Amino acid sequence: MRLTYPTSVKIVRVPCTGKVDVQHMLRAMEKGADGIYIVGCKEGECHYKYGNLRARRRVEQVQKILNAVGMQSERVQMYNLSSSDAPLFVKYAEEMNDRIKKLGPNPIKARAKSKDQQAA
Amino acid sequence: MIVADKKPVEEIIEYVKDSSKILVLGCNECVTVCEAGGKKEVGVLASALRMYFANQGKDATVDERTLERQCDHEYLEEIRDIADQYEAIVSIACGVGIQFTAEKYHSIPVYPGVNTRFLGVTEQRGLWTERCQACGTCILAYTGGICPVSRCAKRILNGPCGGSTKGSCEINKEVPCAWQLIIDRLKAIDRLDLYEKLFPIKDWSTDRAGGPRKVEREDVKI
Ligand code: SF4
Ligand code: SF4
Repeated sequence: MRLTYPTSVKIVRVPCTGKVDVQHMLRAMEKGADGIYIVGCKEGECHYKYGNLRARRRVEQVQKILNAVGMQSERVQMYNLSSSDAPLFVKYAEEMNDRIKKLGPNPIKARAKSKDQQAA
Repeated sequence: MIVADKKPVEEIIEYVKDSSKILVLGCNECVTVCEAGGKKEVGVLASALRMYFANQGKDATVDERTLERQCDHEYLEEIRDIADQYEAIVSIACGVGIQFTAEKYHSIPVYPGVNTRFLGVTEQRGLWTERCQACGTCILAYTGGICPVSRCAKRILNGPCGGSTKGSCEINKEVPCAWQLIIDRLKAIDRLDLYEKLFPIKDWSTDRAGGPRKVEREDVKI
């Protein structure tokens, strides 16, 4: 199966979605990511039992924080699939890509960039 | 430990929205364990504040620091050299740490980033419950190691009251009746004789009603 997904999606591999912390997601948003989505195994099928459930909770926490600071919380999402389900992986990538396109770029991206340049 | 709970980010924003150089200050002790004010929570709050300011188009610096404790001079001194740069400090230590920071850095506004709740235990991850109200005259020796001051809604010393039902307190079925727990435990350690005795009037002068308290120990003073 040779499927393609939107090139805007950059993959960060982790051993389990339970490894992804609130801080990681916030830092990415702070640095200008337009959106983040976590793709975990199906609920109930986590190799480490609760990794994907923890990830979901953390995504919810990040959404709450984004709302609190006046940014669109839809930029951060949680998805689940079985690891062999490539078509669904593509579907999620497209869905997320469309969502972000509708929302437009991360409002603090320009600032994050100029700060990075100052630091460099 | 002292159990605290995070304040909503919105509330903290209200405190600091007009400042442009802010220090978020955590504590490595109790509030780290109850996941409200440790290094990680400092990172999360600081990140949230930075995003808020960036989204408002405002140039503000939000720095992060976590001290070993905020309730001891020596650790609080660690920020002596940098404290003056800040227009505001958000402390996410317990109320004790927040106040001690404010006392030490007299001219800088110090805001609370948590609500300090009680002295309690981690029953399970994400669930903390109260065990002690620091009444100053501990009676656990007579109550099977279960505290009626903090765990009985009426703080009664010769319980249970008439509302105790099937092990639950009358205020809420979810709350175990402290006196039921006391009786069960006295039975388990074969000390029901303690329950037979009427409890004398407790000395409450050591409780909060006597005003702010202090412990002074000549033997350890330098
Ligand atoms: S009797 Fe007083 S000191 Fe002892 S556990 Fe209860 S509140 Fe705390
Ligand atoms: S039911 Fe038990 S815990 Fe509740 S108020 Fe009465 S004695 Fe105290």
